Order: sequence, then C-alpha cells, then structure tokens
Amino acid sequence: MGNMRSIEIAVGTFVVAGCVALFVLAMQVSNITAFQRTEGYTVVGYFQNVGGLRERAPVSLGGVQIGRVTAIELDQARLEARVEMTISADYDDLPSDSSGSIRTSGLLGEQYVSLEPGGMPDALQNGSELLVTQSALVLEDVVGRFIFNQSAGDQSE
Amino acid sequence: MAGSAVITPLIDIKGLVFSRGQRRLFSEIDITVEQGEVVAIMGPSGTGKTTLLRLIGGQLRADAGSVKVAGQEVGELSRRDLYRLRRRMGVLFQSGALFTDMTCYENVAFPLREHTNLSEALIYHIVLMKLQTVGLRGARDLYPAELSGGMARRVSLARALAMDPELMLYDEPFAGQDPISMGALTQAIRQLNDALGITSIIVSHDVGETLSIADRVYVISEEQVVACGTPDELRNSDSAWVQQFIQALPDGPVPFHYPAADLDDELRSRPLK
Amino acid sequence: MTDLLQRLGAATLNNVATLGRAACFFWRILLGLSELLRRPGLLVHQIYSVGVLTLVIIVVSGVFVGMVLGLQGYYTLVDFGAEESLGVLVALTLTRELGPVVTALLFAGRAGSALTAEIGLMKATEQLAGMEMMAVDPERRVLAPRLLAAVISLPLLATLFTLLAIFGAYGVATTMLGIDGGAFWSQMQAQVSFTDDVLNGLIKSLAFGVVAGWIAVFNGYDCMPTSQGVSRATTRTVVVTSLIVLGLDFVLTALMFD
Repeated sequence: MGNMRSIEIAVGTFVVAGCVALFVLAMQVSNITAFQRTEGYTVVGYFQNVGGLRERAPVSLGGVQIGRVTAIELDQARLEARVEMTISADYDDLPSDSSGSIRTSGLLGEQYVSLEPGGMPDALQNGSELLVTQSALVLEDVVGRFIFNQSAGDQSE
Repeated sequence: MAGSAVITPLIDIKGLVFSRGQRRLFSEIDITVEQGEVVAIMGPSGTGKTTLLRLIGGQLRADAGSVKVAGQEVGELSRRDLYRLRRRMGVLFQSGALFTDMTCYENVAFPLREHTNLSEALIYHIVLMKLQTVGLRGARDLYPAELSGGMARRVSLARALAMDPELMLYDEPFAGQDPISMGALTQAIRQLNDALGITSIIVSHDVGETLSIADRVYVISEEQVVACGTPDELRNSDSAWVQQFIQALPDGPVPFHYPAADLDDELRSRPLK
Repeated sequence: MTDLLQRLGAATLNNVATLGRAACFFWRILLGLSELLRRPGLLVHQIYSVGVLTLVIIVVSGVFVGMVLGLQGYYTLVDFGAEESLGVLVALTLTRELGPVVTALLFAGRAGSALTAEIGLMKATEQLAGMEMMAVDPERRVLAPRLLAAVISLPLLATLFTLLAIFGAYGVATTMLGIDGGAFWSQMQAQVSFTDDVLNGLIKSLAFGVVAGWIAVFNGYDCMPTSQGVSRATTRTVVVTSLIVLGLDFVLTALMFD
C-alpha cells in the first residue's frame, strides 16, 4: 500500500508540474494579458500603408508601451488601412491631436505604432480618430527614392 | 442455479466441427459432461485438447455444431452474458498464466477484487485458505518468476478456485509436477470436486493419474472421439488403439513418427563422403 | 512477375486488414473507457509507468534541444542583426513544432515500446487469455487504462519539454551569447500568441498522444505470441508511431497555421 501511495504522489506531482508549465507558458512566453482588452479604450487610425504591422503589435509613446493593436482592416470607402488599437486605461489623458506613425524596432525588427503627443487640452476618447498619421517606411520605396535622387544628381552635374 | 443443470448436462457438445487454418481438428465430436462429474479428455499431443477447452470457455467459436454450457449456446452469447457465464468457470492454464507483476497473494486476490466488493480482511482470509489448499501459503509474497513451473501451476489453481467456480477446466494439470505434489494435486482435484460439488474437465495425457480420478474418459484422436467410458471400461477395451494409449506402448496403431519418407532413402539421397 | 504482384497484393490486403482491426480495437477501447472512471487507481498506475518514468528523458533532452536551438538560432540571426529576436524564434519553433513532435518521438521510443513489449509478453504468456477466462475483459482492465494514460501524459510531457527548452535557450542566450534577458522575453511575449501557438501545440500533442498510445497498445495486443513476434511488434511501434506523428504533424500544421 505504501508503494501505491508513493506512486500516487509521483503522478500527482507530474500532473501539477505539467499544469504549472502550461501556466508559465501562458504568462511568461505568450503573455496572455493581451487578452484583457476590456481594460482600456479604443482609438482608430487610418494609414495609407501599414507595412508589416500585425495584430497585437505594441503601441508606445515615448518608447513606453501603452497599448496594443487589436484589429487591422481595409476601409473600403477611404481605401486606407484602418488600425484599431486599445490604449490602457492608465493613460487616459493623451492629447486629442496626438499623431501616430508606424515604426520598426531595429533594421529588421517588428513594427509598432508610435504615438507623438500633440498640444490640445482635451483628451483622446474611446472611438477617437488619430488625425495625423504617418505610414510605415517601406524599404523598396526608400531604396527607389535613393536611386532616383542619385541619377537626378548625376544629370545636374 | 444447480436446479436446471441437474436435468440437462452441464456441458453438451454435439456435432462439433472446428478447423484451425487449413488443419481440421475436430469433425463431428459429441461430448457430454454431467453435473458433479470428473471427466477426462485424453489423446496424443496435438489433437486439440486445449482448443476444446477454449471452445467451452467461448474464446473460440465452433465452425459447426453446438457447444452448450449450462444450457446456453456459448458461441451465440452476447459479450455480457459470456462474461457472466465465465464467472462460473475456473480455468487452470497449461502455463499457469499468472500475472508476472503481482505476487502470488495478489494473483489469487485478483478475481476477488475484480468481481466482488469484499473487504480486504475477508479477501485475506479467502486467499490464505485457497493458497493453503494448494500447499503454498508460505509462498504468498513471492513473484511468479521466483516459483518453479509446478508451483506456479498450483498458485494458478488457487486463483482459479478463488471465485468458487461450478465448473473447473484443467489444462494439463500434471505436467511438470514432482511425484509428491502430483499425488497431492490428483487427490485435491478429486476432493474439491466432491466436497464443493464442482464439475471438472481434465485435459491430459498422463494416463495413470487421470484414470485414477476420472469418472469418465473421452479419448480423442484424428478428429474423432475414438473411445469413451469409465476408466475400467477403457482398461478392458479390446481396441488396439486404446490399449496402446493406456499402456503407453511405443508402437501400434498410433505411429510414434510424424509422417515422413523412408529414413533409408532420405539418408542415401545425401551420402557421407 | 505474377508472383511478385501476388505478394504485393497479399501484403496490401494484410495491411488494410490490420488497419481495420486497429480501428475496431480503438472503438472497443473507447467503449471500455467508461468503466475506467469508476476505478481511477488503474489509471494512476499507468500514468506513473507511462508518464512519470518518461520524465527524465524528456527533461534532459528538452534542456539540450533548447540550448542547441538557442545557439543555432543566434548564429543565423546575428547575420541579420536580429539576435534580439532569438526568444521569438525559439519560442515559436518549440510551441508550434518541436515541443509536440520531439516529445512524441521520444515517447514512442521510451513508453510506446515498453507498452507494446509488456502487452505482447502478457499475450505470449497467456496472461490476457487467463484474464478473459476469469471474466475480466483485458481490453478494459489492461489496455484502456494504458491508452488513456498515454493520451493524458503526452500533452503534459510536451508542455514541460517546451518550457524547459525555452529556459535552456534563455540560459545559453544570456550567459554565452550576451543577449539581454529582458529583450528575450519581451519580444517573445509580443509575438507568441496563447491561442494560436501554445494551445495549438497542446492540441497537437494531444493528437500525438492518441496516436502513440493507440499504436503501442494495438501492436502489443495484435502481435504474434512468440519472442520474435513481440520484438517485431516493439520495433513496429516505434517506426510506425514516428512516421505517423511526422505525417500528422504536417496535416495539423497545414490546418492550424494557414
């Protein structure tokens, strides 16, 4: 019987260890807090080009993450990308004329939305729209412009 | 439950036909076993005696004919009814078939724990009594690997008896036993039968022991029942076949050699240099 | 030539028949599972021998696989100046693919082969037949708990494997490669989704558990009751489980991550 008891203890430990591992995977590796969309308010921005921006990409202001991108879709009327982001309720006093731009962390890193604060006294509300947006930097365009400038410079000489 | 069984035979086999692969083992065999009898089924090796036990236990199905146990056609029972019927049987396997990961005690307790809700204390008493019957109470904490073949068979007998079956099937109970335990085992089978009202079927080719305790004997050879009767009737039989078998004569109607070409011809075909 | 065709046909028919037997077998085991609920003790015993005893190999290989993945990933990423993404690379590889698949392969080698050999020997020594004649159904008493134990154990083992491998990679990244631990975790958290990656990996390992348990138990039950038959069945368990796990992984990946 004592043998059976130690087997039960071993199995119990095994099951608990597996469940704890899953919990750690959820919290530490995948950051399940991204699910808690309720805590915060939604802001919408229209971009001509979102580049490689994905859902769940961070939204930051001054380098500090304040929210996440929750949805990206094409607005048929404006023919622009409509990016919906949730800002944490802790930051409920952002100026309403703040602008958003899509940036890349590092040369090939992930893309995120960076907010630049404006100067208006009233704050962004749930459902507010970012009035000024700057699209993602597309590498091909930059290279293309660079070559164009080069050839233009050659001709002027 | 004994009431109905007294009228009809406990086991009633009629016109049994069974083949394994291409090989025909039985054609049109009839065997009946009455309640309370000890019936021996004998015959040379390879005549399918063990197969007959499996047919009775419902592990195999007859190709034709009927196998009735306690009035029920074994081959047509539903799974649930078949398992209910098997609870009334005990089988002693040729190899013992003990569970190698359990001690002798746990082996004997196994059917009790599976089929009953008896308390551990009561199981302890039953198991010790069953092990005492086969003389191995002292070996209860040994594992089957630590037992000799003969001892394992006796533990297996204790396990088969644990549920107090109405019908015991013995598959070669005497093989591999030393003379002392063989004598004790022979007596035990007979006494269990008489004291507990069990019906027993013994499959064996040990002539002396089997004839000494059997009420009736069936001799099977070459797909047929070649003789049946009490041990005395067999001893006085004028069939050369039965005499050869009972007296263990090396040659007679039953050849010792498996069918083969002439030895001289086979040897000459590859001469030594 | 006709002889060859004949043998080919016979072999095909044999395999189809085996598949049919395996399917019927699986169905009967499923029907037998209900009885197991009343006797959890049997299941606990099997989870011990199937799951707990496999832990050592899972833990050790998990840590090493993670460390190797960390090194190799770093050498590739550093060329693109993206070594900060090592955490993402490692975590996605492990949760989606390597965790479930490698665990299933190790499981087949350690626990699957042991299950097949055990059941095959029980069959060869008439223990299963003896049980049947004692009116105890071996499919419910012996096989069902083992299959269910495999189904329960494999996801747990795969989760532990994945987590330990991620920590193995983390250890290599911070101590040997000089990657900032904070960047390792934060990039990972930003890119790894719980539903898409962790849960899908868990579903995969559950499916592999069913496959590995089913094949191991069936091969033991279906083997020739001789020593050669048992050894063949054991080999077949490892080979067939590995192949089916890899094939099924492709199908599941195509379904999940489109």
